Amino acid sequence: MREVFDFPGGIHPPENKRRSLGEPIRQIPLPEQLIVPLHQHIGEPAEAHVKDGQHVLKGQVLASSGEALSVPVHAPTSGTVRAIAPHAVPHPSGLKDWCVIIEPDGKDQWQELAPCADPDTLTARDLLRRIRNAGIAGLGGAGFPTGFKLQASEKQKIQTLILNGAECEPYITADQSLMQERPGEIVSGLELIARILDPEECLIGIEDNKPEAIAALQEAVKDTRIEVVVVPTKYPSGGEKQLIRLLTGKEVPHNGIPADIGVTCQNVGTAAAVYRAIVHGEPLISRITTLAGGALTREGNVEALIGTPIRHLLAEAGYAPQRAARLIMGGPMMGFNLPSKDVPLVKTSNCIIAGTEKEFPPPPPAQACIRCGMCEQVCPMELLPQQLYWFSRSREYDKAEQFNLFDCIECGACAYVCPSSIPLVQYYQHTKGDIRRQREEQEKSDRARIRFEQRQARLEREKEEKEARRRARAEAAERKRREQEKAQQDANGAVPAPAASGPDLETLTERCDKAREKVESFRQRLSEAREQTPEAVPKLERALEKNEQRLKAAEEALAEAQENQNQAQGETQ
Amino acid sequence: MTSPHTHASPSTSRVMQWVVAATLPGLVALISFFGWGYLINVLWCVLVAVVTEAAILRLRKRPVGFFLRDWSAVVTALLLGLALPPFAPWWVSLIAVVSAIVVAKHLYGGLGSNTFNPAMVGYAVVLISFPVAMTTNWATPLELLDSPPGFIATLGHIFGFAGTVPDAFTGATPLDIYKNEIRAELATTLREQPVFGDFVALGWEWVNLAFLGGGLFLIWKRIITWHIPLSFLASLALMSLLFGHDPDQAVPVQMHLLAGATMLCAFFIATDPVSAATSNRGKLWYGAGIGVLLYIIRAWGAYPDAVAFAVLLMNFTVPFIDYYTQPRTYGHSKPKRGLPS
Repeated sequence: MREVFDFPGGIHPPENKRRSLGEPIRQIPLPEQLIVPLHQHIGEPAEAHVKDGQHVLKGQVLASSGEALSVPVHAPTSGTVRAIAPHAVPHPSGLKDWCVIIEPDGKDQWQELAPCADPDTLTARDLLRRIRNAGIAGLGGAGFPTGFKLQASEKQKIQTLILNGAECEPYITADQSLMQERPGEIVSGLELIARILDPEECLIGIEDNKPEAIAALQEAVKDTRIEVVVVPTKYPSGGEKQLIRLLTGKEVPHNGIPADIGVTCQNVGTAAAVYRAIVHGEPLISRITTLAGGALTREGNVEALIGTPIRHLLAEAGYAPQRAARLIMGGPMMGFNLPSKDVPLVKTSNCIIAGTEKEFPPPPPAQACIRCGMCEQVCPMELLPQQLYWFSRSREYDKAEQFNLFDCIECGACAYVCPSSIPLVQYYQHTKGDIRRQREEQEKSDRARIRFEQRQARLEREKEEKEARRRARAEAAERKRREQEKAQQDANGAVPAPAASGPDLETLTERCDKAREKVESFRQRLSEAREQTPEAVPKLERALEKNEQRLKAAEEALAEAQENQNQAQGETQ
Repeated sequence: MTSPHTHASPSTSRVMQWVVAATLPGLVALISFFGWGYLINVLWCVLVAVVTEAAILRLRKRPVGFFLRDWSAVVTALLLGLALPPFAPWWVSLIAVVSAIVVAKHLYGGLGSNTFNPAMVGYAVVLISFPVAMTTNWATPLELLDSPPGFIATLGHIFGFAGTVPDAFTGATPLDIYKNEIRAELATTLREQPVFGDFVALGWEWVNLAFLGGGLFLIWKRIITWHIPLSFLASLALMSLLFGHDPDQAVPVQMHLLAGATMLCAFFIATDPVSAATSNRGKLWYGAGIGVLLYIIRAWGAYPDAVAFAVLLMNFTVPFIDYYTQPRTYGHSKPKRGLPS
């Protein structure tokens, strides 16, 4: 037996699973209309290739995208495209999104398929291409494009390939019924995925509350190297990170992906879809979903076409509107309220709960958080939910991040046990959204600042270049002028221009002025000395005489220079 | 409305009610060993607390009924009633309760927002303000009295309409007596005094064991975790063994654990989640800190018992402890420490 590890925290909510396991998977008859959203997966939405009024065959591509992180969308049955328009889709926001609306013709006629009886002849590349073209996105709930995930994992060596059959959420039994009824498809799909990844071990993780599924899979994996690993029932053991820890004892690093530790995880439903895509050539156009809740008279698992309106499914399950208090898509722990019954079933819809008031009473008004720490005891990620709550409330986002808010998987265990019934998950979602928005704004403003600084630098540089060019021009002009002058002088003979060689007029005038000032000051000092200090008089008289001579010389030099200049000007004119 | 859509846990009111229920064995033991004073105190404190809480909720324009139903005021009052001396005059308890509810709780923003343990703030206020009333009004065990005071006589003493009870009814606690008289006597002679009884301290050991039982019940009900009680008791015992191992010099370890308010503190006071450290690791440090401080003040301070001061001092450290005791989150190689840089 393989060692099964444990993860901290976790809760044991009432399972409520038996009620939907009474009968085998039923097929849902064709609805009057199918609403196929173009964006049912994580990544880029697909673009519609069909036109209004066009007839399509079952399995025909309705939309696709050139992007790697995207999957195509196929026609779930044959019929006529009635519209390509925004329509309500299953999303907590209640926003509309682009959908192809098909009116079935009732023939349910397949387009020509390309089955492959012997997939061993296909290369890993072929397998990947078929998975991508079949429009497979994780059926567990997130809807991550399977082809992309497998291709990304290909680059890093995968030691452990895990199929997630834990299905830890209460009410949901879609995977369980699939494992019980079609274990062969799951095992074949897993083997095909293993062909692509070539892992050292293949594991299927199941909670111990599904003995029939465990028995069926154990029978199916005989003579293969696949191992069925039974884990104790504890929510959220089906969370990818928790299941990886349960089966391998390893943890997906913060900000990393499972492939970083050599693990990749796929849902059991995804594996079955891979099998059908490769062996039968069928794209993903239907899925198994659980219809449960006290407002339904015929709870159970159904296989329905993608795009089937929820209203149609509910009607098939004996929906009693007067008893229904709440309509949830997904499980009671992580699912969301459906804004309307007109939304379609999508690739990620694993459960629809039509609950009564008794099953889902309105939450009592939130009381004060007394930091009792019950949330901390159940957090599977080892966070301090009570601290995150206080930081969210006080908008201390740096502290919320310091306390690892972004590691929260929003499993809802904390809110489930909170004695003050505080909607903790709502606080975390809001805070995460706020922080992401702030980061985006910060990035935007950073970009703007960098742009501004670069622009300033560019302007500065341009100014300098302009200045340099101007200087170069001026120098060139000066050089030219000198050359011209020189040429002229050469032409006039070698008479040196006195103005050019001696001090210029300005300096001479200055000298003159200075000399005059000195003479004046000596005269004054002399007159003062005559009255007060007669002994200094002879010395001052000598100094005055000397300065008077200097002044005279300067005045003469100035006059001469002026004359020279006048002459020179006369000559040039 | 968002996920999760189901919810299963006792409400905060129910948690508080369980805490009240868990104190009952201790209350019964107190009454049976020390008389009606404790019952009267508890009822009086609860009455004052509910009236005060209602009044201040009205002043703060909060829905009175909604918040009164959280039972937090009752728990605070109950703890004070159990901790105050049983013959303390009515106005001492009243001031303690009003300080606890108004100052320590509502001035800080109400339930959940208070930094300090409200009951201990109330206790500290009256201990500092009325030291005589708070040290002389402890009850002599009923066993040692020829004619124990009845319910009416006790009521009369507390509310001051029946004169005073005879001096014989009141006295210091065994912790107080031991601490002050061990300097002059040997342990064996000291222990001959009837208040020490046969085991640890007459009556007190049973009271403490009753609180221990109630506390274990709360742990079993998952209303509190084991971290604070264990680290508190362990650190108190360790301090006592390290520094007071000689019973002829200091109060011995069994008295530290089973006389005075030790068990009430361990399971009902130190574990007040609002004012305690919040992570499991943090709770260990917090409880250990209270144990160390309690021993320091009991052994070398002026007070014979010091639960209120030890708890309040550790309340100061809670934000610090909380920032430095984050658990290691899944996927992280080591836990983060301190404030965001």
